[in-house]
Amino acid sequence: MEKQYKKELLKEMWQKMNLAREFENRVQWLFSMGLVHGTTHLGVGEEATAVGSILALKARDYVFGTHRGHSQAIAKGIDIDHMMAEILAKATGVCKGKGGSMHIADPDIHYFGADGVLGTSAVMCCGTALAIRKKKEEDRISVVFFGDGSSNEGAVFEAFNLASVWNLPVLFVCVNNTYGMSTPIAKVMKDTDIAKRAIPFGMPGESIDGNDVLAVYDTIQKAREYVLKEGPMLVVENTYRISGHSKSDGNLYRTKEEINAWKEKCPIKQFRSYLTSHEIFGEEELDEMVRQAKETLDHAVEFAKSSPEPDVNDIYEDVYA
Amino acid sequence: MSEITYAQAVNDAISEEMRKDETVFMLGEDIGLYCGAFGVSKGMIQEFGEERIMDTPIAEQGYVGAAVGAAMAGLRPVVELMFSDFMCVCFDELVNEAAKLRFMFGGKVKIPLVMRTASGAGTGAAAQHSQSLEACLAHFPGLKVAVPSTPYDAKGLLKTAIRDDNPVMFLEQKTLYRTKGQVPEEDYAIPFGVADVKREGGDCTIVTYGRMVQMSLEAAKRLAQEGIQAEVIDIRTLVPLDIDTIIGSVKKTKHVCIVHEAVCFGGFGGEICGQIADSEAFYYLDAPIRRLGAKSTPIPFNPKLEAETFPTVEKIYQAVRGLL
Ligand SMILES: Cc1ncc(C[n+]2csc(CCOP(=O)(O)OP(=O)(O)O)c2C)c(N)n1
Ligand SMILES: [Mg+2]
Repeated sequence: MEKQYKKELLKEMWQKMNLAREFENRVQWLFSMGLVHGTTHLGVGEEATAVGSILALKARDYVFGTHRGHSQAIAKGIDIDHMMAEILAKATGVCKGKGGSMHIADPDIHYFGADGVLGTSAVMCCGTALAIRKKKEEDRISVVFFGDGSSNEGAVFEAFNLASVWNLPVLFVCVNNTYGMSTPIAKVMKDTDIAKRAIPFGMPGESIDGNDVLAVYDTIQKAREYVLKEGPMLVVENTYRISGHSKSDGNLYRTKEEINAWKEKCPIKQFRSYLTSHEIFGEEELDEMVRQAKETLDHAVEFAKSSPEPDVNDIYEDVYA
Repeated sequence: MSEITYAQAVNDAISEEMRKDETVFMLGEDIGLYCGAFGVSKGMIQEFGEERIMDTPIAEQGYVGAAVGAAMAGLRPVVELMFSDFMCVCFDELVNEAAKLRFMFGGKVKIPLVMRTASGAGTGAAAQHSQSLEACLAHFPGLKVAVPSTPYDAKGLLKTAIRDDNPVMFLEQKTLYRTKGQVPEEDYAIPFGVADVKREGGDCTIVTYGRMVQMSLEAAKRLAQEGIQAEVIDIRTLVPLDIDTIIGSVKKTKHVCIVHEAVCFGGFGGEICGQIADSEAFYYLDAPIRRLGAKSTPIPFNPKLEAETFPTVEKIYQAVRGLL
């Protein structure tokens, strides 16, 4: 028999995936209006990896996100108004306008954020897991997201080893969107089955369809149980980045056909057809929730735009504790 | 002469050396089709192919270390590190290895390596993609450090860097990549350790490099309107440092202001200041030595805060006024 899910859970998945998509659309738009300073890495097409994974965790679990982490922050439950304010570098931003898109974080909800230096989050994640163990906290794990490209960083291999030799409650989640910037994985790894990298470290590794939010949810739920009982594990979530790498991507390294083929496999589209064909929600109900997501974002953009800039006199604040 | 961008000057320097010398090759992240994060290697993969314009995995320790090894074995690698902040990921390879191997091995090995990287702020890239870390590189005997401020210097200094038998840390200024300048068509190289006096003046010496050169010149223009003649010196290379030009100028002007984008505290300005104070120029000074650099804070994302962090034309102008 097919697995049954609580309606509330499915609703939350739908809402958060749409919030994440709509968030990216708005950032893209703000960017094109010249309102965003610096750069951003958007993750249109990757929503199921973040939402499916994080909804399978407990609120108290630590999560380290990626530079392409807006959807991870949203899934973790960050305040959308304050996150948008961060994108616009406002004083009301989650990082007081000091971090920006690449550093969205909220330690209050145990989200240790996007990081700009690839690979490092994996080792820091071992540290939070070590703290969980030393503090004898029960039912808590540490999760790190990292990309296929980042998986080649030395720090990631060191993290695999540390987590396994110390048997830490770490869940490694590799978001494999098949490219690191313009570089296809086959150019930078001889065996592209990243899940196999768990084997020499004595960890289980699993490779799944990262565009199927329920498959992601099921896998991570089981993985969490495993990590709590047995130790670290690696899950590779296979997906695709519809967005360009960052603001300056001419898409010279891939074809329109390839992008369009993946648009067909859109995780939100797929989930919609699951929800309607199983008669969990009707089309109108789903549309209504999408409309609500848009409203939430309307509000967030307004909030962000009308928020004050940080005070230049506070520049030294937060350098030291 | 032709007018080209700073990025093109870098590209031309490497391409010309690659055409002449088989052992020169480039490696780094996304330098092929993507042309690097700043578009520097445009057209190079088409001309030289994947064997000489090598896209690497995202593994700085790996390919920077490999470049050191390739240099030990007689090649002349030019590594592109996307952002200078990532040197922290491969600091061991640069500092404990490249800088010291020749000395430790009794002079029996050469490390003709160039590590090119995009340095500096002003692009809204926040704390981990905006730093100016040249002072820590300059601190290690065995490394040479160049920071070009114009297309002409970028090309001429990079040629010297590629031909040099030592590891050279080449800090390109990311806000200057699109700026244009006159560059000769014929081959030329600019020797290391020769400062460029950008503007002569008798009232105050401004010692600077990198992105701050242009700002210092603008400040000097404003000062000139008030009858104050500033002499602006672009040191161009931190190691080796042309201290003689600085001392000569200070003896003439009796005032000195040192300007850099890097954090003032522990910055390279302290070294210049120390060398002036250690020299006979000390006796000529009519005022304390002034240093301008970034505030002691990680670089904020917010553009107003970011701008507040660094020296500006206004701040340089005020500093010099304050000295006289
Ligand atoms: C240590 C380090 N090296 C390089 C970069 C530059 N960079 C930022 S994102 C990126 C690509 C990362 O690819 P992947 O891990 O697959 O994540 P994706 O961007 O595909 O989501 C690169 C090379 C960086 N931020 N940090
Ligand atoms: Mg990727």
